[in-house]
Amino acid sequence: MTTTTDASGTVTADDVRPRPASPRRRWLRRGLPVAAFAVLAILPFSTVDLPALLPGQVNSPGSLQLLAICLVFAGLAATYDLLFGRTGLLSFGHALYVALGSYTVNVAVTKLGLALPAALLLAVLVGLVVPALLGAVALRVNGIAFAMVTLATAQLGSIVVMSDPGRLTGGEEGLPLSPDAIPGFLSGVANTANLYWLALGYLVVVLAVIAWVVESEPGRVWQAIRENERRMSVLGLPPYRFRLLAFVIASFLATLGGVVHLFLVGGSSPQITTSNFTLAFLVMVVLGGTGSRWGAMLGGVLYTYLDHRLAALGTSDAVAGLPEVLRAPLSEPLFVLGVLFIVMVYFLPGGLASLTARLRGRTK
Amino acid sequence: MSNVVLLALTGLGLGALYFLIASGLSLIFGLADVLNFAHGLFLAVGAYGTWWSSAHLGFGFVPAVVFGVVAGTATAVLVEMLLIRPLYRRTIEQVLVTVGLSLAGVALLQAAFGADPLTFPRPEWATGTTRIFGAIVPNDRFLLIGAAVVVLAAIQVFLRRTRFGLIVRAGVEDRTMVTALGINVRTAFTLVFAIGGAAAALAGALAGVYFGNVSPGQGTSLLIFAFIVVVIGGMGSVTGSAVAAVLVGLVQQFTSFYAAAGVGEASVVLLLAVVLLARPGGLAGRAT
Repeated sequence: MTTTTDASGTVTADDVRPRPASPRRRWLRRGLPVAAFAVLAILPFSTVDLPALLPGQVNSPGSLQLLAICLVFAGLAATYDLLFGRTGLLSFGHALYVALGSYTVNVAVTKLGLALPAALLLAVLVGLVVPALLGAVALRVNGIAFAMVTLATAQLGSIVVMSDPGRLTGGEEGLPLSPDAIPGFLSGVANTANLYWLALGYLVVVLAVIAWVVESEPGRVWQAIRENERRMSVLGLPPYRFRLLAFVIASFLATLGGVVHLFLVGGSSPQITTSNFTLAFLVMVVLGGTGSRWGAMLGGVLYTYLDHRLAALGTSDAVAGLPEVLRAPLSEPLFVLGVLFIVMVYFLPGGLASLTARLRGRTK
Repeated sequence: MSNVVLLALTGLGLGALYFLIASGLSLIFGLADVLNFAHGLFLAVGAYGTWWSSAHLGFGFVPAVVFGVVAGTATAVLVEMLLIRPLYRRTIEQVLVTVGLSLAGVALLQAAFGADPLTFPRPEWATGTTRIFGAIVPNDRFLLIGAAVVVLAAIQVFLRRTRFGLIVRAGVEDRTMVTALGINVRTAFTLVFAIGGAAAALAGALAGVYFGNVSPGQGTSLLIFAFIVVVIGGMGSVTGSAVAAVLVGLVQQFTSFYAAAGVGEASVVLLLAVVLLARPGGLAGRAT
């Protein structure tokens, strides 16, 4: 934590206490996000055509589907940031919990014939118990060893899903969600707007929960652990318990995200169990800026949008005209994203969220 | 009996592959604190280099493998000098850069060679089998085990008998002290990347022989098990990696055979959990 010093170099009480923001700034901080989310909420009524940016009119099913996926991944990135940015836990197994949500509900309704409410309840239960158990073991170690344990458990989950135990998960083919199981208001192309609102709702819930816990007492302890772990344990606040709390909250929210993702794409694919899926969250969070209010969300939207649109760009006329040497790499979204990511690490280490601070610093 | 021999040799072959990847990872982590995700890329460059020089330049097996290893080593050295070195002492950023590299590099290979597995050129003698104690064992297992033993011996000689090896060992123990004594550790960084890149590229070429084909994502899945081997063995210890690689390879083969597919991987993860809970520093790590 940094404290400013006055001219004589001593820290005064006023400097340590957060300064009350000016009314205009406070209005901006509160009002701007509300306005932005209000705009997002009414997007399905817009018929604006953004030919280069979206596949069709804003309220066409294709565009809404893309936007909804961006919103879900924004939420998932924010849950990853709760671990990495807020608590300093480098996990390589976050994909496991997304897959847990998606596959639990899918297998329950499609293969076991459970009613949707029962399946959702099961997902909530599983989403709390599994992270609590795995986290309790994994958090016995710190740093890189923790990263490796999460990587290994997630890999195990991936192998289980791929091996298709009892013909439940569909193996490499994935498992399409049974159409009978989807409630009417979420099924069919005509109801894409409802799916979009579901995704938006998920994002709002995730951001609200994170904003709330980060401001609460555990949130302050997380920050303190990140800054100086030994001091916290000397003060009698066991880092283990607080880390476990962060791990369970983040994993539970990711499980919910997996459920929303399931409805959105209409099935579970083994892709969401892989370590590359987790690495994508890491890239999103770093692109956007770690441990900031909006950074992870921005990174999630940007990454997902580019990932989907670059694939379209790769087959577009503009790229097709390029010589083979340039065309082949540009048709691989991950190549462009990987390079963009490295450039960001070098030249904008704070991510997109640090851009505003940088610009403000320059104009001063 | 014949089953046991075959499983043991296959497990050792797999362990040899893990060791080739893990030894470099372990040295790089021990010395530079970099968890190198780009290691899978070095491996893939080795595999594709071998495939390419054999298919397009008409190289025989051994020259093709040498070509692949040189390509992998060159990639590793370039990555260290151009991308890792400027971020000296900022280890999180270094890890992030290697993550970006692994994503971009695999995508680039996919763009150049396609996403489908390519048939790997296997030499005549590697496709045959040998009878040992009644078991029919494919010859490529011996190739893998032999290569790993040679690499282990070479790394040990380098670490124990040469001046650079001394600097690397000292740097793994206490980098600050070595720097304070006026020794330039950065040359050693490049060196461990070169060694790790060469071993990983060799692993890529041999994995091509073992699996019979080469695909862009192959490195990533092998890398995960190599990470597990490094953690079980103790970060920074090459001998620990060797022991852990043999252990993981054998456990994986035997449990997959006698239980069910997938149980092998599960028992490896279980092994990791048990080792970490009992000895958080790994097998070779100092008890804390």
